[in-house]
Amino acid sequence: MSNKPRVGLFIPCYIDQFFPQVGLATVEILKRLGVAVDFPEAQTCCGQPMANTGCNAAARPLALKFFEVFKKYDHVVCPSGSCVAMVRHHYDEYLEGEPGFEELKRNTFELCEFIHDVLAVRQLEGTFPHRVGLHQSCHGLRELRLGSSSEIVGESYNKVRALLASLEGIELTRLQRPDECCGFGGTFAVSEEAVSSMMGLDRIHDHEQAGSEILTAADMSCLMHLDGLIRRQHKPIRVMHVTEILAAATRDAVRIVPGELEPSTTVP
Amino acid sequence: MTESKQAILSAIRGRNAPAAPLADLKRDWIRYDDAQRQFAAVLESVGGRCVAVASAAEISNELAGMPAYREAGQICSTVPGVAGNVDLPRVADPHELESIDFAILPGEFAVAENGAVWVTDEGLPHRVVFFIAQHLALVVRASEVVDNMHQAYERLRFSKPGFGAFISGPSKTADIEQSLVIGAHGARSLTVFLLAG
Amino acid sequence: MSHATLAAQFVADDQRAHWHDQALWFVRAKRDKMAQALPEWELLRETAAQIKAHTVSRLADYLEQFAERAESLGVKVHWARHTAEHNQIVLDILRSHEVTRVVKSKSMLTEECHLNPFLQRHGIEVVDTDLGEWIVQLRGEPPSHIVLPAIHIKKEEVGQLFHERLGTEKGASEPKYLAEAARRKLRECFMRAEAGITGVNFAVAETGGFVVCTNEGNADLGVSLPKLHIACMGIEKLIPRAQDLGVFLRLLARSATGQPITTYSSHFHGPRPGGELHLVLVDNGRSDLLGSDEFRRSLNCIRCGACMNTCPVYRRSGGYSYAATIPGPIGSILSPARDARMYYSLPHACSLCGSCTDVCPVKIDIHHQLLTWRREIAARGLLSWHKRLAMRGASFVLRRTWLYVLLGKMMRGVGPWLPRWLLYSPLNAWGKQRELPTFPRRSFRELYRNQEDGQRDRLGRPPSVERSP
Repeated sequence: MSNKPRVGLFIPCYIDQFFPQVGLATVEILKRLGVAVDFPEAQTCCGQPMANTGCNAAARPLALKFFEVFKKYDHVVCPSGSCVAMVRHHYDEYLEGEPGFEELKRNTFELCEFIHDVLAVRQLEGTFPHRVGLHQSCHGLRELRLGSSSEIVGESYNKVRALLASLEGIELTRLQRPDECCGFGGTFAVSEEAVSSMMGLDRIHDHEQAGSEILTAADMSCLMHLDGLIRRQHKPIRVMHVTEILAAATRDAVRIVPGELEPSTTVP
Repeated sequence: MTESKQAILSAIRGRNAPAAPLADLKRDWIRYDDAQRQFAAVLESVGGRCVAVASAAEISNELAGMPAYREAGQICSTVPGVAGNVDLPRVADPHELESIDFAILPGEFAVAENGAVWVTDEGLPHRVVFFIAQHLALVVRASEVVDNMHQAYERLRFSKPGFGAFISGPSKTADIEQSLVIGAHGARSLTVFLLAG
Repeated sequence: MSHATLAAQFVADDQRAHWHDQALWFVRAKRDKMAQALPEWELLRETAAQIKAHTVSRLADYLEQFAERAESLGVKVHWARHTAEHNQIVLDILRSHEVTRVVKSKSMLTEECHLNPFLQRHGIEVVDTDLGEWIVQLRGEPPSHIVLPAIHIKKEEVGQLFHERLGTEKGASEPKYLAEAARRKLRECFMRAEAGITGVNFAVAETGGFVVCTNEGNADLGVSLPKLHIACMGIEKLIPRAQDLGVFLRLLARSATGQPITTYSSHFHGPRPGGELHLVLVDNGRSDLLGSDEFRRSLNCIRCGACMNTCPVYRRSGGYSYAATIPGPIGSILSPARDARMYYSLPHACSLCGSCTDVCPVKIDIHHQLLTWRREIAARGLLSWHKRLAMRGASFVLRRTWLYVLLGKMMRGVGPWLPRWLLYSPLNAWGKQRELPTFPRRSFRELYRNQEDGQRDRLGRPPSVERSP
């Protein structure tokens, strides 16, 4: 028990308030993979909205708070690429040189990344018989490199897609623009409302032509924006966070195909 | 003027950017199994045409088969064995070349990766002829096709005054709704003769 | 006017905005194809970035070397600290040759200096000879894109313009026909011109030469007929060795238009026999950028326009929404560096998707620099008061977990009871085209606590989330 890694669950503020099911699904899939998590209740927000607006003085105390809350964990896991990117790539300004900060940066993971790289689980036993369109959330893709972006020349890979593709019965749709931004962009969604909405509608249209029945992503913020447009226009597409799909698909599975690094593979 | 020069240079020197090493360009850049074939394919993709020939006489034959050449009034050639009817060295003012319909000129070497031919104004009284002629043919030795631009620059020395250009295909524009139009301001067609031997 | 306002105007014509987006996406797709065909693409980008970083670290030495070599080849080298000095130098050269008619090929530097109107005010006729630039010049507009100046104009509009100005057939809009008409007209201009002005794509320190790239051949025609050639370049265009051109010419056209190389890549080493060649080196704020650790890399820019073609915002908002000489992502870094007050909104005209950074052939971390600019904008007090207030307020709440929890609870409690007209008032920009998320009765942390208290089943299945209607 004592040498089991301590995993802190980092649930972005807007997921906590608006999309609790995504947080619950995160706990569920991690438990099923044998990972016991701890949710430190003092957490609120990583400070990204302030930092992305340039208000670093407003972001700084939140970065410090985050550090205090999470520095005791061996791993921090979060169902949002964007918030993880904030910690990994944009906290230096506030915390550089702080003892334990480098470790925190190194050990903070987006959920799929954690499953794929830390737990080394590449295949999930589960069924999800639906046509699913994967939206590549930009910060996960181009900041965390959860997948290869279409601009870069080299080996093509995608950790989120790989986990989804391992589910039985799932059909991942093909988009005309595989990784174009949905136009959420934080405060951009409001301050550049016209362009933001047009970008979102274009993404939805791409999923419609591809035949996506469910639109998924590793970031709920993109999905909140897309879902807002979808519901306003009464389109038949449904959005689900990747975590929700993974949790739902594996709910009735007998066991999970383990990776080498994870000792415990029993279903709790 | 020297004042501005000093002001700019001292402004730069006052804001020292961190030192960085100069990149090594000796890398495994792309090579092609058949550089001539690659050159021909790329040239075609940029709107040009590549013709392999064995002799100057064959060039003349090929030209005779081209409508643009047959219909040409004024033709100039500086390629030995290929005849023209305008004597370039006797043209005093480059503006007079406006009426050239067809020019056949030598190219020094060709580049497989991008279909370009290196040309210079050496021995040429008016470099404008490369650009003002309605149609252009360049003659390059088939043995002088390099794989990539790095090899190209290894061959080039710019030790004295002069003009040189890579020409890849005929003049073109896509400035109206991204529709490709061949023959913008320069040559309406480009033929490259790869001369054996 | 802010970018958002101008962008909203462009987006309001949905069909046109989509047409614009598609035209540029087509160029991006061509670029992808070209890049994918070279296995060493990423190495090339890295090498180019290294060459630029090295050059910048010794820029003064290289400039001196370049000027010395160029002068020894017979080039007359001029130095201009800012746009006014640049324009005066060009005017003086033209006047000393009694030139009244000039042809010009595309140069973003001369756009930056507003050279055309300056020369025209002094009685000199200037014709932009790049077809796209000529079209926008005839319309009295600046370029809307640095490589595709007329990308925002439809062929029918060009047809109408040419009908009025060149007498082409009314209603004729076929690009080939229009380009042919332009060719004929511009040939006359080339024949009459007494001087040619070009920009510079690359200048080589060790040789004293420079390279100009075009597809149309207009730069070469423009400077090979008249005796006088004036080339204008920003000091950041320098590279150390001729060999380095191999790297940059491989990247430039592939990134810009998806061509393996531009049709003409002309290398000028000294004036042509009997001619005169002047070169104007311009600083205009570049040395300031050089001093900034954050923004120095923006000097790497080779003006390929790939960041514009890939930018999901630029493609939909059009070049004019930036109201700057250089629009798009790179322009949103360069413009506020010139005037932060005027261009305060540009660093925010970006969803931070990072596509520009990945596409940039010289590896400028464009979206991170835009983020840094946002910080600068806020630090200089140029951010709108309501954004600043909102962020300060949010930070105040989020620093205090209890307050965050309390306010969250209140919002979720009250939210479902608010009437739609209030919830979706005109103040709610989010709700203009989007629904708000529905309000769950309980937050994650409440549900999680319950679950940890034993409200979960054997498989760890969560309690269901109740949502307000």
